[in-house]
Amino acid sequence: MVVEARHLSIDYRIGREWVSAILDVTLKLEPRRIHGLVGESGSGKTTLALALMRYLPPNARISGGSIWLGDQELTHLSEADMQRVWGRRIALVPQNPLEALNPTMTIAAQMTELTRLHLGLSAEQARQQALDDLKRVNIADGEQVLRRYPHQLSGGMQQRVMIAAALSTQPDLLILDEPTTALDVTTQAVILDLIRERVRSENTAVLFVSHNLGVIAQLCDTVTVLYGGEVMETAPVERLFARPVHPYTVGLLQSIPKPDAESEARLMTIEGVAPSLAHRTSACVFADRCRAAVERCHAEKPPLEAVDDVHQARCWRWPEVQSGQVALTPPIATAPADPPQRDTPVLQVRQLQKHFVEGGLFDRLTGRASRVRAVEDVSLHVNQRSTVGVVGESGSGKTTLARAIVALDPADQGEIALLGQPISLTLRQRSAETLGRLRLVFQNPNEALNPHHTVGQAIGRTLQLLDKRRGRQTDIRKRVAEMLQAVGLAPEYADRYPSQLSGGEKQRVAIARAFAADPDLIIADEPTSALDVSVQAVIVNLLKDLRNQTGVSYLVISHDLELVVYMADWIAVMYLGEIVEQGTAADVYGIPSHPYTEALISAVPVPDPTVKGGVIRLHGDVPSPRSKPSGCPFHTRCPRFIGSICVEQVPPVRVSANGHQIRCHYTLDELAALQTADRKDAL
Amino acid sequence: MIAFIVRRLLLLIVTLLVTSALIFSLTQLLPGDVARLILGREATPERVAAFNRQYGLDLPPLEQYTRWLGNFIRGDWGRSFAAGNAAVRPIVLERLNNSLLLAGVTLAISVPVAIFLGVIAALRAGTWLDGLISVATLSVVGLPEFVTGLVLINVFALGLGWFEATALIRPGYTLGQWVRVLGLPALTASFVLIGYITRLTRAGTLEELNKPYVRTAILKGLPRRIVIVRHVLRNALLPTITVIAISIGWLIGGMVVIESIYNYPGVGGELVRAVEQKNLPMLQAITMIVVLAFALANLTADVLYTLLNPRIRFR
Ligand code: SF4
Ligand code: SF4
Repeated sequence: MVVEARHLSIDYRIGREWVSAILDVTLKLEPRRIHGLVGESGSGKTTLALALMRYLPPNARISGGSIWLGDQELTHLSEADMQRVWGRRIALVPQNPLEALNPTMTIAAQMTELTRLHLGLSAEQARQQALDDLKRVNIADGEQVLRRYPHQLSGGMQQRVMIAAALSTQPDLLILDEPTTALDVTTQAVILDLIRERVRSENTAVLFVSHNLGVIAQLCDTVTVLYGGEVMETAPVERLFARPVHPYTVGLLQSIPKPDAESEARLMTIEGVAPSLAHRTSACVFADRCRAAVERCHAEKPPLEAVDDVHQARCWRWPEVQSGQVALTPPIATAPADPPQRDTPVLQVRQLQKHFVEGGLFDRLTGRASRVRAVEDVSLHVNQRSTVGVVGESGSGKTTLARAIVALDPADQGEIALLGQPISLTLRQRSAETLGRLRLVFQNPNEALNPHHTVGQAIGRTLQLLDKRRGRQTDIRKRVAEMLQAVGLAPEYADRYPSQLSGGEKQRVAIARAFAADPDLIIADEPTSALDVSVQAVIVNLLKDLRNQTGVSYLVISHDLELVVYMADWIAVMYLGEIVEQGTAADVYGIPSHPYTEALISAVPVPDPTVKGGVIRLHGDVPSPRSKPSGCPFHTRCPRFIGSICVEQVPPVRVSANGHQIRCHYTLDELAALQTADRKDAL
Repeated sequence: MIAFIVRRLLLLIVTLLVTSALIFSLTQLLPGDVARLILGREATPERVAAFNRQYGLDLPPLEQYTRWLGNFIRGDWGRSFAAGNAAVRPIVLERLNNSLLLAGVTLAISVPVAIFLGVIAALRAGTWLDGLISVATLSVVGLPEFVTGLVLINVFALGLGWFEATALIRPGYTLGQWVRVLGLPALTASFVLIGYITRLTRAGTLEELNKPYVRTAILKGLPRRIVIVRHVLRNALLPTITVIAISIGWLIGGMVVIESIYNYPGVGGELVRAVEQKNLPMLQAITMIVVLAFALANLTADVLYTLLNPRIRFR
């Protein structure tokens, strides 16, 4: 059955005014097809997805258009009528499965209430069907899972349960709202496979909402790009990624860091911030940020025009973009960097170890406390002017490592040296000088910035401390303005409070503050993961420029392999608290690589529909660092598992001539041979 | 779970031991000579000595304590200093009985009303009904018990004559007589509790209503009533249930004001009297009971919370 939104508009009431959130959106969803809805935060994609279910917050209304489920129109149905549609004919799989499941009900109760309600099954039948449904999402021990409470399942398992439940009534439309965003990339790969395979075998139309262009490219058949609540472009997926005609789509695609890009190239950025919808003018909604904007764009809103019968775009200049007459790439302006100085280390970490003891006093006395081995035997060098990336999934210990280096959670054992000088593991014994030379930029700038201090105060204070250390006096106000300028913010920002800034602006302020201390090394813990991709590009470019200007070094911690490969010249891959591989970006990304790295690369969805993603999948969950597997910590999930040797013996570190290290029982040559052979097979 | 309860019970025993020692040393510090106070200024030295010997007050403090503790555990709670020298235990147990009765009735009145009001207020958040409930419960919380007590007495006892103004309890009461006696004290205590519990329930329910799992439940197509009853309430009432359990301690040991307004023979009133009379055996026994009540109430709260919350039960 075809599901359609025709000219749908949604308004929000803010104060006394109605503000348009979604304007004139038309979508057509067909059975067995996956339609992607892409947009950044504030684009209205989730509002639109929920509006298709006629589920709106109390201060919102549908102000125009219609929603068709086959030949039934939904916008006029009563709540009681909608209750026969919800869960039965349209089902939702939301973003965060743990929050979307009721914490105090068993999985069985939550799955069976749906089928009992809509299909009229008895308790026994419903349970039987739940088992079947779980089997279809590759959960073999359904009995076990049914008895569990949500928090007892891993994230991937929770999301499978959500999908199984959503499909249990064979709905006409399945809406997946960022279903893998909360998951690790290896788990995401497994869930995406599952969605692909299950959807094709059902007679269901799918709307897949995501901000992740890689996921969209690998999964969807057709794509709609949403911006400011309006459709910018709609096309089949290959067309959209290969020949986009809307400047926003073009910008979005070019702002993704690609691992094969020249490491010194800049990312395309979309300057400015998402539009405030409070004043929807008659201009093109993208005009303020568009590189191709002309006078007409500010005066008249372009219509959604057909490029051909499958492709539509809302832009006055799409024909020119299509024919290549408008140049949308920014000039490459970055100064050529001095090459990293391999032999002058800024930071040396040797055999760092951090264990946590869990449990209260009572547990400790009775010996029941468990020891979490968060970081073990980590050795790492950061050279001058270089960027070292640490990648790992949740539970890999990468954040613990960062916090141990800056001594927020001091390490138990090991050595840290800054510029060749050993420094203390604990914060209190570090000198002010050391603290200034080693700065941390947090993942979430909201936590890092004091809401009661203006931007000027935050940066100024760091500058004053620096002056005190250096025994001098400078014009703080002037230097704050310089710092702001360096991160691309106007001097007026000095008087603003963090609450008046966007996420990207806050992160720029946090970076400016870190640089204000004139550091030698900046440790950035997931510096962009709270930001949209177009804003991420701005921050990544900024970090690169600042490095070239000041000669600072970075240690970038991230879950995003692509980003790290793009930013860093040296990469360390962590699994369960250990570095399993490290080497130059090219070495780590190439052959040979550690079986875990190989799986990680294989799991990353490539933002190009013509490139088939990797096929290596990791099954099972990441073991808890509380009960770390013996021998090689990866042996429980390793696709290249050799045998008992992996279980019984800690693998040696294999080192190549240029310092590429892999911790595995296979030698580098053996790994290279295996991986080359597999790659040939795949072609 | 069992390990948890055993652990908490062990902790409870430690708490009781510590409190008993504390109470004991405090009673040692009470100003004035107990014997003279009880016997009067004109008592002869011989009578004072005899009194001290009778109650063991001439022994060294540590020995007094261990002896008292041993006796207390064995069930011999001593004899009252007050006139009649009655045994302490039957008196305390009778008071405890009365207090438990009052606590039970109070809970039976206040809990259903408060939860109902709180849930309605949350479901209708922002409407006039919510406002009305908020204002009413807030003002009830704000009023001191003696004010509500006096108003209730004037209206229902002296005015309408539905209830007794003073709560004299005699054996062999019929149900109707019990209601007339217990009604006003229970109502007054309920007012305090309803105020708290309603606000807590409202806050808890509102918080849960905004959680994503509620949206999941609604978008399953479940009728709203089922969404509320099956999904929301259990989570929303978790904090409420804990507070109710904890309040049992207050209902037993802390209702001094209400008991004195109505002359209700409960534990709280007796405690005050024991202090006034420097009636040490009575004071010690009652304090132990009150501490026990508070500790058990807390334990119940924790056990309930754990039982109802699978996130803690299956960690
Ligand atoms: S209409 Fe103008 S401003 Fe809008 S996207 Fe096209 S070129 Fe840019
Ligand atoms: S040592 Fe064994 S289990 Fe570990 S990565 Fe190598 S092959 Fe896999």
